[in-house]
Amino acid sequence: MKKQSVVIIDYGMGNVGSVKNALDFLHVESATSKDKGVIKKASHLILPGVGAFAEGMRRLRERGLVETLKEEVLGNKKLFLGVCLGMQLLAEVGEEDEINKGLGFIKGRVVKLDTKSSKLPLPHIGWNDLIMVRDNPLFKDVSPLIFYFVHSYYLKPKTESVITAYCDYGIKFAASVWKNNIFGAQFHPERSQMSGIKVYENFLNIS
Amino acid sequence: MLKKRLIPCMLLQNGQIVKSIGFSDYQIIGNPKIAIKFFNAWSVDEIIFLDISREKEYTKRIRTDYNFKMLYSFAEIVLECAKICFVPLTAGGGIKTIDDMLVLFKSGVDKVCINTYAAKTPNLITESARKFGSQAIVVSIDVKKKSNGKYEVFIAGGSESTGLDPVNWAVKAQKLGAGEIFLNSIDKDGSLSGYDLGLIKSVTSAVNIPVIACGGVGKWQDLVDGIKIGNAIAVSAANIFHFTEQSTKHAKKYMVDSGIDVRI
Repeated sequence: MKKQSVVIIDYGMGNVGSVKNALDFLHVESATSKDKGVIKKASHLILPGVGAFAEGMRRLRERGLVETLKEEVLGNKKLFLGVCLGMQLLAEVGEEDEINKGLGFIKGRVVKLDTKSSKLPLPHIGWNDLIMVRDNPLFKDVSPLIFYFVHSYYLKPKTESVITAYCDYGIKFAASVWKNNIFGAQFHPERSQMSGIKVYENFLNIS
Repeated sequence: MLKKRLIPCMLLQNGQIVKSIGFSDYQIIGNPKIAIKFFNAWSVDEIIFLDISREKEYTKRIRTDYNFKMLYSFAEIVLECAKICFVPLTAGGGIKTIDDMLVLFKSGVDKVCINTYAAKTPNLITESARKFGSQAIVVSIDVKKKSNGKYEVFIAGGSESTGLDPVNWAVKAQKLGAGEIFLNSIDKDGSLSGYDLGLIKSVTSAVNIPVIACGGVGKWQDLVDGIKIGNAIAVSAANIFHFTEQSTKHAKKYMVDSGIDVRI
């Protein structure tokens, strides 16, 4: 694996430790940090997160990280992977509980999974198949394409061309997105055994 | 499609994995970290850790795992295991309060499993679901068949009767905010005679949240029956997975061959 400096952004929204454990397993040095200076020096940024959209944005704003992320990801084109809530925060708008502004890196909204006709319980929890629709370097040599999900909301992009994989839970929703240097995964690679570990390895190998 | 799940349940006593029969006889199996390593490589879908130690003082008893780093509390064991566990990890056993849960979540678990104190203080289910989300709260129900053929919920490691009917209790737990039900049969525990399918069926047909069946698995067909006849979305077992190489892989292959959609 090439030399890279990986920062897992620690904004108080959980599961930072399990992402770090996955990178440790790959023997990749990484830092968990909310420090702007550390984030600016990184080559790869990972934004994990479990919880509510509004709370996630509030914590990023409080730490002054919204501007930093805009500079680094949109300006300096740093490689960025948003996981679960981290992917949802890429949207322009979140509709969880109330309307909230997101990072806006990907045009679209975060909406609730519609299970009215399927009668399936929410949250969507468990292992589910990815339905690949476009190539995405994150999934190079990954098998099986089955990942662990825990969520009730999902990112619905304005343009379908950014969606690289769907998942089916009563309705089809975006399970992964890719636009230039920006990647998103609705599932939890750090809880998806070797398939998930490989996704992190692939992300870190992109340069 | 959402997959059915296979979940090894690891019983910990005094820091070591044990095999249990009828909630009363125990045999030492070994070090939990080694077991996690194997299960991680054998395509399990989740791992459940239950600390069934009556005394929480881990150091007072003889330990056979002195070849490994000594770990002196359940939380410490969980923390060490979480570092090498890349499937969802659930921990339970002796949880009384939100603070007990916080310690475990900080150690890296994804869900906690509550039993005795869910029944004693049902509000704990609601409070914890509000704080950590329903998906993180598993309510464990241990059931015994009485002499009149009726089922009853037992707590405190099967030692105290509650007068609760398992179906009513499961429905109530769901209402209070439980994300999943872990359903175990005390009579079937360690019997190798298969799940109590009648019990499982009665609970799965009454609740809308996932039910994890446990207790009595003696052959892979029992796992298939738990899903096909019992309608459980997840099947768990303890003893059977410990004594064969690649046990969970074989189990999954058998399930796939029987037409069950599991990750392999």
